[in-house]
Amino acid sequence: MGDQVLRRRRVKIIMDKALPILLSIGVFIGVATVAALLIDVVLGGWHRLSPELVMNYPSARPTEAGMRSAILGTIYTVGLAAVICIPLSIATAFYLTEFSGTGRLPSILRYNIANLAGVPSIIFGVVGLGFLVYGLGLGRSIIAGAFTLAILTLPLVTVTCIEAIKTVPDDLRFGAYALGATKLQVARRILLPRALPMMLTGGILGVSRAIGEAAPILVISGLLFIREDPASLFDRFTVMPLQLFNWISRPQMAFRELASAGIIVLLLILLALNATAIILRHKLTKRLTE
Amino acid sequence: MMTEDVIRSLRRRRLYNKVFSLLFMASALVATITLVVIYSTLIYESAGFFQHVSIVEFLTSPKWTVLFDEKHFGVLPIFNATLLTSVIAIALAAPAGLAAAIFLSEYASLRIRSVIKPVIETLSGIPTVVYGYFALYFLTPEFLRLVVPDLGIHNALATGLMIGVLILPIVASISDDALLAVPSDLRLGAYALGARKIDVTLRIVVPAALSGITASIILAFARAMGETMIAAIAGGFRPILTIDVKQSMETMTAFIAQVATGDAPQGTIEYQSLFAVGLFLLLTTAVLNFVGLRVVKRWAIRY
Repeated sequence: MGDQVLRRRRVKIIMDKALPILLSIGVFIGVATVAALLIDVVLGGWHRLSPELVMNYPSARPTEAGMRSAILGTIYTVGLAAVICIPLSIATAFYLTEFSGTGRLPSILRYNIANLAGVPSIIFGVVGLGFLVYGLGLGRSIIAGAFTLAILTLPLVTVTCIEAIKTVPDDLRFGAYALGATKLQVARRILLPRALPMMLTGGILGVSRAIGEAAPILVISGLLFIREDPASLFDRFTVMPLQLFNWISRPQMAFRELASAGIIVLLLILLALNATAIILRHKLTKRLTE
Repeated sequence: MMTEDVIRSLRRRRLYNKVFSLLFMASALVATITLVVIYSTLIYESAGFFQHVSIVEFLTSPKWTVLFDEKHFGVLPIFNATLLTSVIAIALAAPAGLAAAIFLSEYASLRIRSVIKPVIETLSGIPTVVYGYFALYFLTPEFLRLVVPDLGIHNALATGLMIGVLILPIVASISDDALLAVPSDLRLGAYALGARKIDVTLRIVVPAALSGITASIILAFARAMGETMIAAIAGGFRPILTIDVKQSMETMTAFIAQVATGDAPQGTIEYQSLFAVGLFLLLTTAVLNFVGLRVVKRWAIRY
């Protein structure tokens, strides 16, 4: 009897010590995958990194192929998407935090932003194809792609902007209102300057998400072989992840290496963006608190 | 003279306020209008599809051969593939993500937490084509074939596991929030009664956060069902109704991608099938998201 109790106690003590080790396996799976992925990509593609990879147009010959048109396509589409999405998100955030009050309408609008965030990204592509490309007659163009990406990233950026506004202390807002400021003045002079660093971080977050999105652009633009720079917003286009998808789908080893090298370029761009976000936030926050 | 100026400037201020207030409201309506556009576009184009195909055939026929000469329009094979890869994904992501969340919220020091949390969140920031590449060229040939030698080049197993890694941060971060929201009184009370850490964690904290954890799993599952590029690259384009995960099978999203890579002129049945499959996928994920958001809401009120 006493033995049994003692044994159970011992088991419990061992389990108590073992649990965190067991739990850390979950963390390990995540960290190990990131590490293995980076090592695999870098080993597979670093020797193919060259200025030609960025400067050349795609080609059927892997030795000459580059991703120039894809990089330009990404810059145009994602850039335009950011110009649409970021102001829209900031305006939405101001409405929902400062202007709307607490009626039924704002709560419905909030709920629908959460709903939009749950729509699979490929659905944005399918609807973009049916509504923007054919319905509105924009064609399989940069502008159709940009609108799709802008709406796709809208919930993410809006939520960050709302969070950003909420971090501004209420004292400042109430103080301004007590002096007779209008809501617009409070939004522009009190909230915007203080929330801007975090809003921009949200914007960069949205941009990195948009750069990596292949599925909706695949539906809108198809798999194209483009050997010229885009000249207008109504031109057909391709983007970096689609160029990579194209190279990954080819069986030859040379294209696989090319894909690895392209992935390195893509990941470096995303890394640079995220680093910019962190630095920007740090600098702007510092300037405001001084 | 002076007062007139003041009155004019006050009036202008009020006007600006009104104008911008309306502008901001219009912006806030965009998300809602988009949802309406999404549903109406899908329903409108699907209506064309269902003029040719009966809903009964769509839901019950075991063959999906829209891109072949002899056409069958049963969604079951591609729905089955979506479900199967998502179940594999959640079978990896739910335990691993939950373990990571418990580790981070209950065991890790602030320092370790501040290092590990961003690394885990990085997982969801990597473009999914990159995961597709990794599943096709590393996970299957260099890793999974050691355990399952007869694994196909394209297969559901690697697809599911790779999607599992992608959604792991969703489970981890929502569960982490839920665990952190459990009041520390509950923990301290249990310690005061002489409980060990393992009992406090598994019998007090985890059950108290259960609805948040459940929600994280539902939302992650919905995300898994909508994943496209991993399924298209690593899962392949074979619309076969099977539960053999060693084989290539085409998910609903991969089918949409396949049609997109080819040529489906507007108005053809191939083109319309995009919208029918899209609507079916959206409705499935919408139900899951609805349930998930409801569960989150219930948990949010409790403390």
